[in-house]
Amino acid sequence: MEINPIVLKFVYAAVVVSVIMGLCSYAVLAERKISSWIQGRVGPNRTALPLVGGIPILGPFLTRLGIFQPIPDGLKFLFKEDVLPGHVNKFYFMMAPVISLVPALTTVVVVPFGRFVNEAGDVVPLVLANVNVGLLFLFAISSLGVYGVVLAGWSSNSKYPFLGGIRASAQMISYELAMGVSVLPILMWVNAPGKEGTMNLFDIAVAQNGFWFAMWMPLSAIIFLVCLFAETNRLPFDMAESETELVSGFHTEYSSFKFGLFFVGEYAHMVIGSCVFTLLFLGGWNPLPFVTLESLGMGQGILGAVLSVGIFLGKMCAMMFFFMWIRWTLPRFRYDQVMKLGWTILLPLSIANLILYIFIIYYLDTGL
Amino acid sequence: MPFVIKRKPLNLMEKLYLPEIARGLSTTFKKIWEKPVTLEYPEQRPTIPEGYRGVPTLVRDPEGREKCVSCQLCEFVCPPKAIRIVPGEIPEDSEYAHVEKGPKEFDIDMLRCIYCGMCEEVCPEEAIWLQNQFSMSGYSREEMVNNKDKLYELGGTLPDEHFKWNKKKDAAAKGGGH
Repeated sequence: MEINPIVLKFVYAAVVVSVIMGLCSYAVLAERKISSWIQGRVGPNRTALPLVGGIPILGPFLTRLGIFQPIPDGLKFLFKEDVLPGHVNKFYFMMAPVISLVPALTTVVVVPFGRFVNEAGDVVPLVLANVNVGLLFLFAISSLGVYGVVLAGWSSNSKYPFLGGIRASAQMISYELAMGVSVLPILMWVNAPGKEGTMNLFDIAVAQNGFWFAMWMPLSAIIFLVCLFAETNRLPFDMAESETELVSGFHTEYSSFKFGLFFVGEYAHMVIGSCVFTLLFLGGWNPLPFVTLESLGMGQGILGAVLSVGIFLGKMCAMMFFFMWIRWTLPRFRYDQVMKLGWTILLPLSIANLILYIFIIYYLDTGL
Repeated sequence: MPFVIKRKPLNLMEKLYLPEIARGLSTTFKKIWEKPVTLEYPEQRPTIPEGYRGVPTLVRDPEGREKCVSCQLCEFVCPPKAIRIVPGEIPEDSEYAHVEKGPKEFDIDMLRCIYCGMCEEVCPEEAIWLQNQFSMSGYSREEMVNNKDKLYELGGTLPDEHFKWNKKKDAAAKGGGH
């Protein structure tokens, strides 16, 4: 039976989106658990499912880990009262959470999460849309997410959300520049003269079969990582939210499911950001530098595909852990410090880094 | 007296900022493996220190008599006026009739009580004690008023060896009285 390829694409998309959503909900749990461990607490440890929680040893163990916690966390958003304040601009107020979530989920389409070697020996990327402008598409769409924040801040029609929205937009613009410039050395290396030019994320990952880019472009990696924290509005850069001074920033006026969308959107951004960092700097699905799945003899068929996806997801989860780890290590920057860091340190540094690698790559390519 | 804290100028490693972040990360990473300090309340209970002022209760002496003689000093001293006492006589058929009085009703409104312990301090009979219980809950205001039965149930017996009532009764039998 021949399955219509368009239907198949829909099925793939549904699978990938539901995996991302699942990752988001468990990222929330991981965030709560890791926070509690770092702070010497226990964390969520009470929620039990009626049947699974009753299994002798496994049930209490899972309950203690809080495995079932995401279910009530999600249901809570569904069943809470949805308050629509009287002073808001209703259309944009309703649209803002959607606008902040949709770009995050849209960027998933170009993120390859593994590869499959078919019988003919071709390496097929496991990705929804293997477009050649992958990286460009990703930057373009993911920075649209800030419109959700700005619209939420503006349409809420009150002071704190407004300030949060303004801060978010200023911060995004400042850090987008340094972020873009910091990945240019990678693109120069991948698109060296004589090679077939590409901005495809899959090809960038394949280019790291030897050195990972984080190893010989560490400065790019650090600048990109800092900018990633700023772009995803995570601590120490969560200027848009900053509970201590802006109540809750842009989502102060939101409740129930609309707030839930913002919440999921933030974690979706984190998931995508971790994926992109893994692809660009941490060698994608290569288990170790200079070690590929092929060289281990495990690259073929379904096993190879599963292994590649597993390694990729493992690296991504490690990045997510790093996000949460940083959160409880660094206090939030002051707003002027954020701006100063962005414009006077990261941007010049990334340009200097670019110029340095222009020379290095030139000498490497021309063999001087 | 005002004084100035001397701050060392940052050295190069500290100015670079990233090494210090790495140091902070290692600190937080070590914290992950430490044992949590949480006391998981309903299962684990805190140890109550000596002299803790919990819920006020009434106690009996080792022979099972109420120690309270309904002098009402606690009622007068109680700052939030949480205590209400209706004094009464000890029934005629009791062995200890005419020896002392006893409370007919004794209510402590736990919604008003501030756990100051003045009732315990003022009681000449050592009859009211703030004991170890610290959590009171109920579904209505009425439920939060501890009546006499409840107070004795919470209080239990005070193991003192005075046996004041016996002595008083003996003295009365010998015609001594006070």
